[in-house]
Amino acid sequence: MKIAVGQGSCGIAAGAQKTYEILENRLDKAQNELCVTGCIGMCYLEPIVDVYDGGQLYRFVRVNETAAEKIADAVNSKDLSAAFEFKISEDDEQFLKKQTRIALRHCGVINPEKIEDYKNSDGYKALSKVLSSMTPEQVIEEIKISGLAGRGGAGFPAWFKWNAARQSEGEKKYLICNADEGDPGAFMDRAVIEGDPHNLIEGMLIGAYAIGASEAVVYVRAEYPLAIRRLKNAIEEARKNGIIGKNIMGSSFSCEMRIKAGAGAFVCGEETALIESLEGSRGMPRLKPPFPAQSGYWHKPSNINNVETFANVSWIILNGGAAFAAMGTENSKGTKVFALTGKIKRGGLVEIPMGKTLRDVIFDIGGGIKNDKEFKAVQMGGPSGGCIPAELLDTVIDYKALSATGAIMGSGGMVVMDSDTCMVEMARFFLDFTAKESCGKCVHCRLGTKRMLEILTRITEGRGSEEDIDLLEELCRTVKDGALCGLGQTAPNPVLTTLKYFRNEYEEHIKEGKCRAHECTALLKYEINPQMCKGCTMCAKKCPVNAISGTVKNPHVIDSGLCIKCGNCKSVCRFGAVEVK
Amino acid sequence: MNCNCEKNTDLSLLEPCLEKYAQVPGSLITILQNAQEIYGYLPVDVILHISRRTGVKVTKIMGVATFYSQFRLNPVGKYLIMLCQGTACHVNGSQQIEKTINEYLKIKDGETTEDGLFTLKNVACLGCCSLSPVMMINDETYGSLTPEKAVAILKELKKKAGEED
Repeated sequence: MKIAVGQGSCGIAAGAQKTYEILENRLDKAQNELCVTGCIGMCYLEPIVDVYDGGQLYRFVRVNETAAEKIADAVNSKDLSAAFEFKISEDDEQFLKKQTRIALRHCGVINPEKIEDYKNSDGYKALSKVLSSMTPEQVIEEIKISGLAGRGGAGFPAWFKWNAARQSEGEKKYLICNADEGDPGAFMDRAVIEGDPHNLIEGMLIGAYAIGASEAVVYVRAEYPLAIRRLKNAIEEARKNGIIGKNIMGSSFSCEMRIKAGAGAFVCGEETALIESLEGSRGMPRLKPPFPAQSGYWHKPSNINNVETFANVSWIILNGGAAFAAMGTENSKGTKVFALTGKIKRGGLVEIPMGKTLRDVIFDIGGGIKNDKEFKAVQMGGPSGGCIPAELLDTVIDYKALSATGAIMGSGGMVVMDSDTCMVEMARFFLDFTAKESCGKCVHCRLGTKRMLEILTRITEGRGSEEDIDLLEELCRTVKDGALCGLGQTAPNPVLTTLKYFRNEYEEHIKEGKCRAHECTALLKYEINPQMCKGCTMCAKKCPVNAISGTVKNPHVIDSGLCIKCGNCKSVCRFGAVEVK
Repeated sequence: MNCNCEKNTDLSLLEPCLEKYAQVPGSLITILQNAQEIYGYLPVDVILHISRRTGVKVTKIMGVATFYSQFRLNPVGKYLIMLCQGTACHVNGSQQIEKTINEYLKIKDGETTEDGLFTLKNVACLGCCSLSPVMMINDETYGSLTPEKAVAILKELKKKAGEED
């Protein structure tokens, strides 16, 4: 039997390495093969162990140490049923069955550390086809037919950028992969690099051939050490196999590839800022035009796409652009990967054809809200995106339809929120992020985001005034108009969407001093219900500021003047007597 | 601010990296990353040395070193706690975890404990959103944190450090 342990970063964090070690020590290795695979995508069930018995796959989930021992014994005795208590439930199986995987097609299936595994799964066949039978123009045409749009957020047609770089004059051209996945709440690109690095390399080489680049660079964020390690290993293996370097696969096409580790700056997701960073400078965006296709890295024609975009390329070449375009809507073709997280039952990676609805993803695939609470909103597009409320759950996943809500498709982060999330605090959280990450070049972004953050902080602390909402709206417009790059132009989106759909929450904070989600501590009031209190004295003992008084077996009272709203009393009370208002 | 001009920094440790990259244009970030890997942070004399060897002005190096969140101008503790404050972690209670660490170790974001054991740093997103809230300590990721679990992890590390001494 073949046994694969899902070892993406999140699997490892959940304990997959320990699971692997136990299997390694206990399995009869003469009879069985143990290997590593990438992120299977069902992060909520990690660690996951897949056992292939002949053609049949048995998937075991939440494999802790005891489970790993039992599975190893079951494999050794050739009777898997002995470990079926850890088998995935039919309900959980639906999470993957309802997806259509193209960019993620090898993730969690093959061993990312072995080029043979990739080759055995039709790997590098697309590159071979391109080099032996297609002109660069034909490649660009095929991408055009597919309708593939940049998956990094802006959704610009990939073929158009490729063609512009192809048409640009100059001997030396660069192809750059943007793997600086800085959007908090998104991890699709990490999963692709960790789980299927050769797919990224193949997509990049096809892109390099199409635009005529002789050098390719992957800009990976430094927070992804495992992704960097696996990609480095994959590049070395590809080089040994004659896939990177001079005369690739015996053709006249030559291309070098290297990794550049980012140093932590969200603005470097903007392509001209990324180029500045590649050149060793502060990542501050350049004025466009000239576009990178004309003058990019070292002022040479350059093309930049993100990881997921490249991950679709080899599939498109092998299956034809038309097959890709057959999926999706009129404006948005193919599939999109989402990182589904937050207050969701089944969190993980979801790849679905465009045209499905948000409801399909969150409820049908994601299983709905944790603890069956009420769905409040989903945040898409991170700091550049917005919050989409419950009444728009039937919005179709399509670049235009999502933009119409005020949010954006973005790179694919989908953070689900329930009634415990305060929308004003959410807006403050994102502005705190953009204010810190603003590179400081444009006054509107540098100061505008700071002023917006101050106003939002004021409101969440109960010091807001009624004029604050108008002032916020005015600042939003100014920052949008006055900023040079995407970071500043989109920074107001989290504020604008929450003001659009959750204005009443802003007003409650300001006029009534109330936070309905009970998240803004400054607005909370802790009280003890005398009918429920048994006088056990537990709360008084745990209060760090001695704000609770009372005698044994008599109802206690909280002095709101002294209370620091730490919530200790509520968490220790066994009778539910402490109420938050 | 503490003065960190340690006079006895061994600059030769950086030599292999400088030999490879000093004359390659655009390598400043790579060199700084290597230097930080070696020294744990970027001491002033290392920055001056890099400037001399590469010909890049000190002001530019400082500009780059202060722009990117990865670079540190002061030493960090034995354990660097990177506490994720990404969206998913935020929604799932990372602020509560931060408060707990603040109280337990008596340090705030960016500070180091008096015994030099722990440094706390808030980071944007570690990409392990399904296990939120998450923290990474010296390349090891800990997920699904609760205030109790976070304290237990720190206690364990304190104990480990005590045994190593």
